[in-house]
Amino acid sequence: MAEMDTSSGGGHKKGPGVKKGKKLSTRVDLTPMVDLGFLLITFFIFTTTMSQATAFKLNLPKDADKPEDQNKAKESGVLTILLGKDNHVFYYEGMLDNNNASSEFKSANFGNGENGIRTIIMRKKANTPPDDFVVVIKPNNECTYKNVVDILDEMSINVVKKYALVDISEVENQLVKVTEAAGK
Amino acid sequence: MSRAKLPRKSTNIDMTAMCDVAFLLLSFFILTTKFKPAEAITVTTPSSVASKVAPDKDIVLITIDKNGKVFLGLDDEDIKGAMVDIINKQKNLSLDANAFKKAEFYGTPFSQLPQFLKIPKEDLKGDALPGIPVDSTKGPNELIEWMGVIHTAYENSGGKKINILLKGDNDSKYPSFDAVVKALKKNDFLKFQMVTNPEAVPVGSDLYKQPREDEGKK
Repeated sequence: MAEMDTSSGGGHKKGPGVKKGKKLSTRVDLTPMVDLGFLLITFFIFTTTMSQATAFKLNLPKDADKPEDQNKAKESGVLTILLGKDNHVFYYEGMLDNNNASSEFKSANFGNGENGIRTIIMRKKANTPPDDFVVVIKPNNECTYKNVVDILDEMSINVVKKYALVDISEVENQLVKVTEAAGK
Repeated sequence: MSRAKLPRKSTNIDMTAMCDVAFLLLSFFILTTKFKPAEAITVTTPSSVASKVAPDKDIVLITIDKNGKVFLGLDDEDIKGAMVDIINKQKNLSLDANAFKKAEFYGTPFSQLPQFLKIPKEDLKGDALPGIPVDSTKGPNELIEWMGVIHTAYENSGGKKINILLKGDNDSKYPSFDAVVKALKKNDFLKFQMVTNPEAVPVGSDLYKQPREDEGKK
């Protein structure tokens, strides 16, 4: 096919006084090119399957729920997560009132470290009877969509069965803002 | 009798054929890959551990861009045809039904819809459009009406499936998301899906320890 006759029939029979220039082979080693080709193929195959977007399901409760119905969760089993601006996360356990606001209200982050929200959720989950465990998520107006999805994702990562997305109260919003301002 | 001497064969294999095959496959893959069409609205979605692939049929796609502007897109032309009738009736607009059907997404207040439908497709850029008003502090949340229209259109379609997809940008603020969720709730759309990029399940987490089949139920 794409070969060239390089043997030049009987060219090696050199005459006594005739010096012939060395014939260089015109054959190119195509192995690296094949390698490259297959490398690109694998690259394309992988990138195409990976760009497939996935969907994260979220089922909403009916809005008709009265406030009395929502408070059925046991106080001891509730973990409230508050989301603020610049990826700030705060949390408290149980109820928050004026007396314990400063001690119970703690800050966390999105990492997996000691202070990461995942560790906190896991710890709370381990210390609470499964039926009582509820996570309440309260994003404030300055947090981003990514934060919300991340925290919902944490729910599925940690297999939290009961969680709720609730509007933040004014008091909590103030606490978040004060803490954020103090942290700077 | 002397045995016929076999000529020594070279161990070099001609790679040309293989090279041809490799590049043929390569060009096949390049050509068949569906490239992401240049999107009018650029959105960077967050990632999640969800492993279910997003549906691409019978979708109602609500997009939130990085500035919190909300856009609405549908793929079913019959539904769009039903929608344009309802909107024309409700809002006393005389929208061009064909233009409405052809539009891939809608991103203006109702009052500006007639002008919006005249913009050629190539010039539609999410940045230049006002988006559907959702901020209830500045006016009515028009997405509620949009979803109401869609709800009616789907009810009259004779049991078509509806997949509500929410595609939000990483940097969009929470109020837009909240407004969208409220609009969905108001119209009894209680199930929706958020478009995300796949992400590996963190090792050691509870989900990681679960058997694989449980994940599909979520």
